[in-house]
Amino acid sequence: MTVTQAPRVVTAHFGLDRSWTLQSYLAHGGYQGLRKALGMGPEEVHQVVLAASLLGRGGAGFDAGRKWGMLRKAKPVYLVVNGDESEPATFKDHALMEADPHQLIEGALICAYAIGADQVFIYVRGEMALAQERVQAALNEAYEHGAVGRDIFGSGFSVDIVVHPGAGAYICGDETALLESLEGKRGYPRIKPPYYPAVIGLYGAPTVVNNVETLSNLPWVLLNGADAFCALGEGTSRGTKILALSGRVQRPGNYEVEFAKLTFRELIYDRSLGGGVRDGKALKAFIPGGVSSPWFGPDQLDITLANSAIAQAGSMAGSGAVTVMDEDTCAVRAAWRISRFYHRESCGQCTPCREGSGWVEKIMRRLEDGHGREADLDLVLDVCDNISPGLVWPPAQTTICPLGPSIPPSVASSIRMFRDEYLAHIREGGCPFPPDRLREHARA
Amino acid sequence: MARLTPENLTRAHELIALYPLRRSAMLPLLHLVQEQDGYLSPEGIEHVAELLGLEPAEVRGTASFYDMFHLEPVGKYVVAVCTNIACMLAGAYELLEHIEQSLGVPPGGTTPDGTFTLEEAECLALCGNAPCLTVNWRFFGDMDRGAWDSLAEDLRAGRLEAEVPPHGALCRVRRSVGLMAKPPVGPGPAGRPVPARGGGAEVELANSKTTSAVSSTVLEHNEEGA
Ligand SMILES: Cc1cc2nc3c(=O)[nH]c(=O)nc-3n(C[C@H](O)[C@H](O)[C@H](O)COP(=O)(O)O)c2cc1C
Ligand code: SF4
Ligand code: FES
Repeated sequence: MTVTQAPRVVTAHFGLDRSWTLQSYLAHGGYQGLRKALGMGPEEVHQVVLAASLLGRGGAGFDAGRKWGMLRKAKPVYLVVNGDESEPATFKDHALMEADPHQLIEGALICAYAIGADQVFIYVRGEMALAQERVQAALNEAYEHGAVGRDIFGSGFSVDIVVHPGAGAYICGDETALLESLEGKRGYPRIKPPYYPAVIGLYGAPTVVNNVETLSNLPWVLLNGADAFCALGEGTSRGTKILALSGRVQRPGNYEVEFAKLTFRELIYDRSLGGGVRDGKALKAFIPGGVSSPWFGPDQLDITLANSAIAQAGSMAGSGAVTVMDEDTCAVRAAWRISRFYHRESCGQCTPCREGSGWVEKIMRRLEDGHGREADLDLVLDVCDNISPGLVWPPAQTTICPLGPSIPPSVASSIRMFRDEYLAHIREGGCPFPPDRLREHARA
Repeated sequence: MARLTPENLTRAHELIALYPLRRSAMLPLLHLVQEQDGYLSPEGIEHVAELLGLEPAEVRGTASFYDMFHLEPVGKYVVAVCTNIACMLAGAYELLEHIEQSLGVPPGGTTPDGTFTLEEAECLALCGNAPCLTVNWRFFGDMDRGAWDSLAEDLRAGRLEAEVPPHGALCRVRRSVGLMAKPPVGPGPAGRPVPARGGGAEVELANSKTTSAVSSTVLEHNEEGA
């Protein structure tokens, strides 16, 4: 299969002996992309990235080069790396930071050079203790190597990087909440406008916020050129993408594949990828782009994993998290658990999100436990409609950030696709599905 | 439970010096207090407030927003079991139930001997190895009942002291150098100098130009929206 034979851009060093050390990184061409960038002008580097059509890998899919071009002309300028990955079923940035922290640092430096950043902050999710250690240790090595700090590689360019720990709050993944958190406050998303941190960001200064995977692409892009990057992928989705496959598949994991070439069927069933549904069961549904995306059914397996194709089919690619449900999965329970997540993580600033998430979770729980009534289906959709009017896709937003409007899609999809199951719960006074079982592993 | 020790106070000052504005050191300093005392002790919070020039209530109010900070003492090992979607599909609730029985406490509880505190967590970004849990934020994936039983036994017997350091996510994170390129650059809050490395270095302060640029961009956005 061709899609899986594409060069690995960001995961090339995965599995190498002590891949997170400077020694290993240098042995595999490390910091050459940065050296090359420093030999060019900052604007020239920016042009390369623009030509590469590097879409943000953090969820929103905004073109990185264009984002850098939106920076307000003022000083100081900051670069903030979003390593707060907490989106359920997304686990690519975690892997990138643990396995290849130097690549991230090099990518961040290339960006910092292109935008003329005065300081860089890498915000690493608090719970990722090992990633914090690896990124900090790599940064210490990079300082010693002369790759960061004063007069980098003798180029005259100077910039410092600071690794900043989060402390456990999903909402800090939203870039404006992340900036608040980095300012030492509660992680409350900021009211828009201003829409872009590039205009008013950290401490009110122009700031670029980019995702870990986005920046990890830069060393390769600089070394191999925009044309080589654009030779991979389709349309505006160029290069490769890490897909985080989870749920009831034989081989869950992170797979780096050529962007916009693979179908969901290939991802889930190919033997070198998902390897099919676990235990030979039938596929029931899958979540195509993280828990805020509307679900797809088996008849949508042949959709290509491209931002545009998924959007056309009424969902979103998000950060590339695909979760598989098999025939034994209870759709009501799955949707309830997702609503519970939003209820726990709502920051509480907006009434529709704060109150709505609680009501949705309560009603979903009652339905799953078999204490619901048929009227509850309309009721829960009505609550959803109050959070995001019309339940349209993409969702209408009544709240400060997109977390609120992320609550309805899973509930609405499960009711639309599996109404019978809801009715069976009500009729039987309980969940007709088996519990989600642990698999006991053989032990020596 | 106390204020920061002299050694930790030095670390605190080093952390503060990394940021253009003092307050940005809030989360790192709170992690430091938690590493020292096992939780955010009132004295520790007061000390952080002093260091940041804030009221203790502001520090406490910020800390309480974040799940990793404990305002009450917790066990030696904080066990966080993920039950989010990918882990749930792999039996996380069965795992959680087993751990509850094994420890004799529900999520949120601490064993009477103070060894374990159990928590039900949201996605821990290890979904490829579902179901998973962390102990003091160290990851254990592909869990089942047997794996938990032997993990708990090893922890009790002190066999995992190296793999699972004491509570405190940053206890092994050490920055080897201060800032080198230039002192932190940033707009200072009204009336308070921007903390610069060494105290006396030159610092670019936000000038009136920056401020007017900010308000004119806000206006542009408003006009676009209208
Ligand atoms: C509720 C919420 C959670 C988010 N979580 C993350 C996250 O964990 N990691 C991330 O990189 N972006 C996350 N984002 C997207 C960021 O706001 C931002 O778009 C992204 O970091 C920009 O980087 P990119 O352009 O390189 O993708 C989240 C957004 C929202 C609204
Ligand atoms: S939508 Fe929810 S999470 Fe987002 S700002 Fe409003 S209350 Fe907070
Ligand atoms: S769902 Fe459990 S680690 Fe992601």
